[in-house]
Amino acid sequence: MSVSNELTSTQRDDLRTIAAMIIPASDEYNVPGADDPAVQADMLTTLGRDTMLVRAALDYLAGLAGKPLAELDTARRDAIAAEFRATGGVAAATLVRVVLQCYYRDDRVLRSLGLELRAPFPKGHVLPEGDWSLLDPVKARGGALRRAP
Amino acid sequence: MNKSDPVDVLIIGAGASGAAVAWSLAETRMHILCLDQGGWMKPSEYPSTGRDWEAKFYGEWSTSPNVRARPEDYPINDDNSPIKVVNFNGVGGSTVMYTAHWPRLHPSDFKVKTLDGVAEDWPIDYDTLVPFFEENDRMMGVSGLSGDPLSPLTHPPMPPQPLGLSGPLIAKAMNKLGWHWWPSDTTVATMDYEGRARCINLGHCTPACAQGAKASTDITYWPQAIRAGVELKTHCRVREILTNEHGMASGVVYYDKDGIEQFQPAEVVIIACNGVGTPRLLLNSASGRFPNGLANSSGLVGKNLMFHPYAQIYGFVKEPTDSNRAPPTCLWSKEFYDTDLSRGFVRGYGIQFGRGAGPVFEAVASEQKGILPWGADHHRVFRRLNGHRLAVSAICEDLPEEHNRVTLDPVLKDSHGIPAPKIDYTISANSRKMMEHGLARGKEILEAAGATDICTNNPIPWGGWHLLGTARMGTDPARSVVNEWGRSHDVKNLFIVDGSVFVTSGGVNPTSTIQAIALYVADQMKQRLANLFD
Repeated sequence: MSVSNELTSTQRDDLRTIAAMIIPASDEYNVPGADDPAVQADMLTTLGRDTMLVRAALDYLAGLAGKPLAELDTARRDAIAAEFRATGGVAAATLVRVVLQCYYRDDRVLRSLGLELRAPFPKGHVLPEGDWSLLDPVKARGGALRRAP
Repeated sequence: MNKSDPVDVLIIGAGASGAAVAWSLAETRMHILCLDQGGWMKPSEYPSTGRDWEAKFYGEWSTSPNVRARPEDYPINDDNSPIKVVNFNGVGGSTVMYTAHWPRLHPSDFKVKTLDGVAEDWPIDYDTLVPFFEENDRMMGVSGLSGDPLSPLTHPPMPPQPLGLSGPLIAKAMNKLGWHWWPSDTTVATMDYEGRARCINLGHCTPACAQGAKASTDITYWPQAIRAGVELKTHCRVREILTNEHGMASGVVYYDKDGIEQFQPAEVVIIACNGVGTPRLLLNSASGRFPNGLANSSGLVGKNLMFHPYAQIYGFVKEPTDSNRAPPTCLWSKEFYDTDLSRGFVRGYGIQFGRGAGPVFEAVASEQKGILPWGADHHRVFRRLNGHRLAVSAICEDLPEEHNRVTLDPVLKDSHGIPAPKIDYTISANSRKMMEHGLARGKEILEAAGATDICTNNPIPWGGWHLLGTARMGTDPARSVVNEWGRSHDVKNLFIVDGSVFVTSGGVNPTSTIQAIALYVADQMKQRLANLFD
């Protein structure tokens, strides 16, 4: 069984719904929401060791909602989401972290943030040297180590 | 049980101290063998080589062995501690996974009883360690700027890291307040050094450096030690140290890479397993002759655990910071390092400044703190936070208290069935006052830098990097586990060289001092070879 199949269809629907509530799409910033199919696919294929806690979070969410999250009206859905965030503990935190870590490595999102679409290695980054004259007041003030007998 | 040919010196653990002691002893031409429960690391597999580099920090490259749960790791029950143990197991040990911040303990840290009437003085002083600090700095490859008026004099062979974008923001704030700051000594190579390539600012230094610019002992000490004849066996987990009828260590029982139980005889055993692993091994080595654990006639094995509680405060400035485009730390301050009783606590703390964070870390941390909202406003707020973080961490001197301790968990075991360590630890009232002071000063610094949305981690919960004090050194066998040169009071051919031997913790990262002590112990052993067991 593939990892993506370890969530039921209902759980995947709820994951998509709650992900969109965490990060909706934005025309202003030209970014997809976290319910975007590519972001969702990334989540499902990389759940790995987080699968158990994410499933627990989705079970908890389902218990709060009583039915698929998408079927609730907006006000009720927002109330459920707030309660989930406040009381869901480690499982809810894991689900939210999975959403965020997959969203913030999506090419479209990184591009919108002005970040390069690459791993840090091997190119690295260039760091400005900075103004070392800022140390002058520290040198001028001086000081002494506490003496040890 | 299989039995190997005896060796002259057996070292347990290939991390910071094990590597240093192995390299130093190699010149004796004795047969030296090191066993490590982990293996050699592959830099090509380090997180910064992949697009999912940040996500790995929450799983297979977590600093917590309980989260990471690699086969090389052993579980730790730290439920009864507000500070969780973090470490790394493998060749290089926790030097594979550290920030490379490289202060030394101060001379005054060795005399806290004399100076401040607390804890106990060390049986050695700073001056004794100076040659070994210097040797270690050359071996690890240190960058920095000599002349810090409030730190011990160092001679870094490489220039300091650039100030970048974050450094000047911090520096200006500190100057506005009239407080000390200085570029940190670090083991990040700022130029090509002894076969290591210079730092290219991968940014994600803590979970291993793919460039090899950050010093870890798998790329510093070990290649030289092995060339000098030291043998290193990986994926060998030591279960216990055995003793003979004379009360001397006779060797160790370990599980090899295939899980086969082996006995390795040795003339000398050196433990280098850190402040949790070392007491665990000694307690697991209890026998009829040593019913309370090996080398434990004082009853102090596992006691006096010191962590360095970290009080962290951070905020967000309008200017861009270095984010994930630089080593995480570049400056320190010793403004509040020494005792000033008007502050309401004894001893003090160092400050290390954080340059920023990557986007995933920023999103996760800020969401957890409640400053990054869900919904339509998420994008606007994230763009204000991401790439604008500055952090101030007070690394507080933890004083030794016997109730802070490592014992054996009655239930939890590692993958070989060896009892796992259990941590019982509370933050003292003195440390709490120190942490509150650090947070208040940190808030002043951040406000001077123009930061808003200020948040705290008090303590940093996953901040148990520094594992100290659980087999401390001293001249009195009733009040210490090893003598002033690292030899067990009880077992004359057993030595300890890791952070366990610390008497007090100082208010700085300890790895530089741990390695200097390891080199010092090795030097003492070399000088005393003719009568090492007297």
